[in-house]
Amino acid sequence: MINAAGRTIPDIIPGYGPVLPFQGPFAVTPKGRRAGAALKTSLPGKNKLLASIEEAVEASGLRDGMTISFHHALRNGDRVMNMVMRVIAQKGIRNLTLAPSSFLDTNDDLIPWFEAGVITAAQTSGVRGRLGEYLTNHQLPGMTIIRPHGGRARAIISGELHIDVAFLAAPACDRFGNINGVEGPAACGSLGYAMVDARYADTVIAITDYLADDILCPISIPQHFVDYIVKVDSIGDPKGISSGSLRMTSNPRDLLLAKSVARVIEHAGYYREGFSMQLGAGAASVAAGRYLREIMLRDRITADFAIGGIPGPFCDLLEEGLIRTLFDAQSFDQHAIASLRTNPRHQEYDIDHYANPWNKGAMVNYLDYAVLGATEVDVDFNVNVITDSKGQIMGALGGHPDVAAGSKCTIVVTPLLRGRLPIVTDSVQTISTPGETIDVVVTERGIAVNPRREDIREHLVRAGLPLMDIRQLRDLAYSLTGVPDPIRTTGEVTAVIEYRDGTVLDTVRKPAEP
Amino acid sequence: MAESLRRAMLFAPGNNPGVLQNAGIYGADSLIFDLEDAVSIYEKDAARLLVRNVLRSIRFPCEVGVRINHISTPWGYDDLEAVLSAKPDFIRLPKCEDAEEMQRIDDIVTKAERRYGFPEGSIHLMAAIESPRGLRNAYAIASSTPRMMALAIGGEDFATSLKTTKTKDGTELLVAKSMIVFAAREAGISPIDSVFSDLNDEENFIKETELAKQLGFDGKSCVHPRQIELVHRVFTPTEKEVEQARRIIKAYREAMARKSGVVAVDGRMIDAPMITRANRILAYAGITDTYQEGEHHD
Repeated sequence: MINAAGRTIPDIIPGYGPVLPFQGPFAVTPKGRRAGAALKTSLPGKNKLLASIEEAVEASGLRDGMTISFHHALRNGDRVMNMVMRVIAQKGIRNLTLAPSSFLDTNDDLIPWFEAGVITAAQTSGVRGRLGEYLTNHQLPGMTIIRPHGGRARAIISGELHIDVAFLAAPACDRFGNINGVEGPAACGSLGYAMVDARYADTVIAITDYLADDILCPISIPQHFVDYIVKVDSIGDPKGISSGSLRMTSNPRDLLLAKSVARVIEHAGYYREGFSMQLGAGAASVAAGRYLREIMLRDRITADFAIGGIPGPFCDLLEEGLIRTLFDAQSFDQHAIASLRTNPRHQEYDIDHYANPWNKGAMVNYLDYAVLGATEVDVDFNVNVITDSKGQIMGALGGHPDVAAGSKCTIVVTPLLRGRLPIVTDSVQTISTPGETIDVVVTERGIAVNPRREDIREHLVRAGLPLMDIRQLRDLAYSLTGVPDPIRTTGEVTAVIEYRDGTVLDTVRKPAEP
Repeated sequence: MAESLRRAMLFAPGNNPGVLQNAGIYGADSLIFDLEDAVSIYEKDAARLLVRNVLRSIRFPCEVGVRINHISTPWGYDDLEAVLSAKPDFIRLPKCEDAEEMQRIDDIVTKAERRYGFPEGSIHLMAAIESPRGLRNAYAIASSTPRMMALAIGGEDFATSLKTTKTKDGTELLVAKSMIVFAAREAGISPIDSVFSDLNDEENFIKETELAKQLGFDGKSCVHPRQIELVHRVFTPTEKEVEQARRIIKAYREAMARKSGVVAVDGRMIDAPMITRANRILAYAGITDTYQEGEHHD
């Protein structure tokens, strides 16, 4: 069948089951009730601290065929997922569904457990590195499902993704099981991903290298969601968790893109006292924040709130009073972690609150502006952030589709060329975000506005911005790079790209030449 | 015709495909693809072929020239041979010492234009003066051939040849810079100020650019895209200057329409140099409504 994004999707996908095709960003109305974790009781005075991960695995009752989860707030510094999977594999448990909030490069170490049948299904928001290539080229018996952050929260709260055991890296934990992310040697800031898993998993195991003597303050994940605590030597390498502090890029092309983004924000029609935004953490996004700061100071305009992954420079805007509240689901550097710890208007929140389409109003629904990146954009404004020029999975949906759907004006910023690759193309290899939710594409050689947004086009024309038809941008890119050959695939579906509402937006198929 | 603006001339190393490909996106008034100091002797041949192919395959939004190696080096003539076939807008000769060098290049360019069927005189020339001898011959160089469009000063090399060093305030080059402006203006071509290489010192870059504007230069060479906006800011007339220029042109037009010879604005008599200056201010402000000699009035 062909879905509303124009992609041909099988009716049934092996290991996934019957397909609900994507029907448009807001076509699905949910029925039913929130799912929940198993009821438990804990006797007075119970000691939750166990001696080892092995003991915790045994205590959790984990067995063949179950689903386990991890969070990725420790990014490439994370040691917990690899450490726990090694123990599980050694115990001979097989046929697991692994459902972390995301995989990172460090998870290449997990490939042997996929090969050995310890893990036979993956559900996540992104995969990179050699594991990305592995999953692109191997059809798992239980399929690889890639969901946006909001879609993962939706799947968990609706019971579609039921987590049997969540192993949560806990930068700081106290003896009752309270957890936060702002203390300890592996502090990562917000625990926005883990907060959802903690509430909905049947068994929650906190794995920490910082067991505080005193009761934690603040508490991000409270004790009554936590079954067991395991103390280990180290849950993460601080160097991989966060950069010291994000520096302003000096790349002239990124600065040019940033300046254009700031001008689009200024003129697209929603820039006024109390506007709201998500800027992202890419080099051009952070630099756009600096240009926007100058404009806001000039006009004496402040933003009501900003959301998303939070890099340090946005905390400066908070401190200066240019942003009144920051909502933080993931903190990108030391500055952001410190700000989250000390500034009461820098609020930690979970992914349900941030982006879930099936609740009573996620923050993405109240955005005026969102600035997002792209690996590819096509002439229908569809964006790909998942597969590379060889068709291999190498990225993450993150909150991209959620934010694009919610925001009044979604701006995609990307260079028109990367090396010798054209970035604006006839048709993206994989649709990760449908074009009808993308409003403006900013490149260094011109800006294109989605024809659905004549209002924005008029505003930008009036401001004298260099607008082009998206097809002109494509032609310009092709004139410089040539037209790339299509990627040949075997047709075998190796990953399913779900839209935030659980419908199938696209599939990843095994490339004919790996 | 309004004179073409050469406020910011951006250098791009001729051996870097990524930089060359994107050189046109930063709003420079002119681009100079460098085969000389930016390219090591091990890459001279590859760079000239790369620059030739870039000129052939990419359309840039402004004029594009090539800085060749001096014709006394083993590479200068080969550079010309390679790049002329791709019709750059101009050739820049570094370390120019006398008019004869420019005439030899003119001969080669003339032959190339015939060979490739380009309109005669369509490829321009500019020279950089980087030594006292070149400075002594500056006017002769500036007027050496009708192809000459600009005269630049190479500050670092000039300071070295004076046995001094370039300082932030630039006292050591003040006289030389002024003499470059005199020579270029006398010959009717553009004087272009030298590069400022400390990218992180915006304050002194702006000071040096302001001095260049004050001395009479048309523009400044840039080594990084970040400098373009700063040069433009300095060379863009203030609103007050633009307003004054508009009023002068308007008053002059009205006087011409009345066939009246005497015009005054704000109590000052308007004469021909003031019209020229007003036109120049409007051109630098990007305003095309300048006064054209002999324009008709009904």
